[in-house]
Amino acid sequence: MSPGVSQTLLSVRDLTVEFATEQGRVRAVDRVSFDVQAGEIVGLVGESGCGKTVTGLSVLGLVPRPPGDIVAGEILFEGKDLLQLDESGMRAVRGGDISMIFQEPMTALNPVFTIGAQMTEVLRLHKQLSRSQARAATIEMLDLVGIPAPAKRIDEYPHQLSGGMRQRVMIAMALSCGPKLLIADEPTTALDVTTQAQVLEQIVKLQSQFDMGVILVTHDLGVVAETCDRALVMYCGEIVESAPVGELFESPAHPYTAGLLSSIPRIREQRLDRLPVIDGVVPDLLHLPPGCRFADRCERANSACRKQRPDLNGESSLVRCFKPLSETKAGGAS
Amino acid sequence: MTNDVKPLLQVRNLRKYFPVRGRLFRTVQAQVKAVDDVSFELMPGQTLGLVGESGCGKSTLGRALLRLHEPTSGEVLFNNEGDMTDVASMDKAELLKQRREMQMIFQDPFASLSPRRTVAQTLLEPLETHGIGTAAEREDKLKELMKTVGLRPQVLHRYPHEFSGGQRQRIGIARALTLNPKFIVADEPVSALDVSVQSQVLNLIKELQEEQGISFLFVSHDLAVIQHVSDVVAVMYLGSIVEMADAGELFANPKHPYTQALLSAIPVPDPKTKSKRIILGGDVPSPMNPPTGCPFHPRCSQATDACRSSEPVQTVVSPPDTTDSAPDAGPHTVSCHLYAP
Repeated sequence: MSPGVSQTLLSVRDLTVEFATEQGRVRAVDRVSFDVQAGEIVGLVGESGCGKTVTGLSVLGLVPRPPGDIVAGEILFEGKDLLQLDESGMRAVRGGDISMIFQEPMTALNPVFTIGAQMTEVLRLHKQLSRSQARAATIEMLDLVGIPAPAKRIDEYPHQLSGGMRQRVMIAMALSCGPKLLIADEPTTALDVTTQAQVLEQIVKLQSQFDMGVILVTHDLGVVAETCDRALVMYCGEIVESAPVGELFESPAHPYTAGLLSSIPRIREQRLDRLPVIDGVVPDLLHLPPGCRFADRCERANSACRKQRPDLNGESSLVRCFKPLSETKAGGAS
Repeated sequence: MTNDVKPLLQVRNLRKYFPVRGRLFRTVQAQVKAVDDVSFELMPGQTLGLVGESGCGKSTLGRALLRLHEPTSGEVLFNNEGDMTDVASMDKAELLKQRREMQMIFQDPFASLSPRRTVAQTLLEPLETHGIGTAAEREDKLKELMKTVGLRPQVLHRYPHEFSGGQRQRIGIARALTLNPKFIVADEPVSALDVSVQSQVLNLIKELQEEQGISFLFVSHDLAVIQHVSDVVAVMYLGSIVEMADAGELFANPKHPYTQALLSAIPVPDPKTKSKRIILGGDVPSPMNPPTGCPFHPRCSQATDACRSSEPVQTVVSPPDTTDSAPDAGPHTVSCHLYAP
């Protein structure tokens, strides 16, 4: 990655997404802003229900409406606001300039069509290739993602492939039109560790080859550490910390990030007697506390934290906390 | 463990084959060898961590021990007050009694609790089945269980949907503890939980190990979780245990090429340690049609002709007492031609 010549590929500003539920409206994503540069891998991490997937889906206009509703914000892709596009305009972007890899490769592929039929459709639609051109390009793409005997595999059905193979097909399909931005939503969560290692290596290799921007949505901090340039930590619909990966893991500023990092079981030379824990549970999105959303689980919280909501502060690294752990960051420290 | 302490559980040549039937006449076409000739021992109070990738047979093994799957052959000897009785050959009445001693914690806390029963109803059932205690005693027991797993007794009359994933898993653990078992099979008990909740549940399991002296078979695909809870670790691949050792020894000194690859494949949450990764080629072969020789040879970078033709035998690579980390550690065994004598 070369930061000097990088340009902002995607700029999300104050994205707010709400869902109508039987109990009331839930704000799943709350004023989320971030940028993705060309050639950069940005990790979007957090626990289930924190809004990371909805953020990813919003970029592609895939949030189901209703019950979902993007109530505010802008999603600027190369300067134009994707939220202003109509469905046919959006369809031209999807699978073309921006594409997505989903978590479950078995449900994302259509079981009644061969891989070839599904992959060539994308190319014929976006690139107006002929049947034979599309087939040749597909075989080339399958070869690129490391599928053995691609000329034979192209005529197979999804059920004939293993989980790792299917995810490679998904990657090949997502990359076949040479997207500028790839959104990968938990691309390796359904896979075994040895297969996960293969697939992640593939994503990183192709990302630098195509100079793509990547948003990697994951709950696994290990995956973030090994693949991303920058990470955004989400909690209860908000970004609570944003920093380059090296800095985030070395000196996390938000107590939630720090807690998350210390509570992961990891292979150590001397194993711990007890794992450090974050006490309590994630608050219900329907009944969010008035102040900082992490305050009830935070050891550093004081009465101010419970009353007032902190803003996302800082310059290159951002943190949403009145009492961040690292003093160099954020102006809100008291 | 000194030699005069008898193991709690002794598993000998356990096999579980699933028949694959054809469409016409349902004739048996092939056998899936989910668990193939597995033997091990578990000492009282010890936790055996069973690790492997999906489809390696680790869950089937756990279930076969409790006869939730009927074993195809082999012995599961359980120490009942000094007598080693074979669980695999018990009749139904004996098995029902035996189940008081052996319980299970399931992976998915959303599927393993009945949505139509309150927590109290779920927890009472085992006590009623086995006719234990009076109504008042049972109620006390329930309250005590809730306290043990870190839930308030007031929530006993709620339904599962009112709880979060972590709380449900605590209820699942309480259910397994109701009959004071000596042995619990925990099948991926934390893999459905979020990280911050996962560590809470893991700590609870450690407390149970230490305070109640329960032996666990802890099944997981996550090596870091396995290291945290286990005394002994067994690595499974395609139905067989390929390596087994004391936890400290296995993580410090993995011998089998598969164990080494598995360890190196884990993403480390520290960007400074770029691990030297062994990327395995290919996928786990189908257990219906396992490769000849060593089941791992098609993916192994060190495979030789011997690996392709003959099955490796279990070899002791370092005898007990050579590891200074744990004086009572068992032997480090590995099934690989590289270490054949």
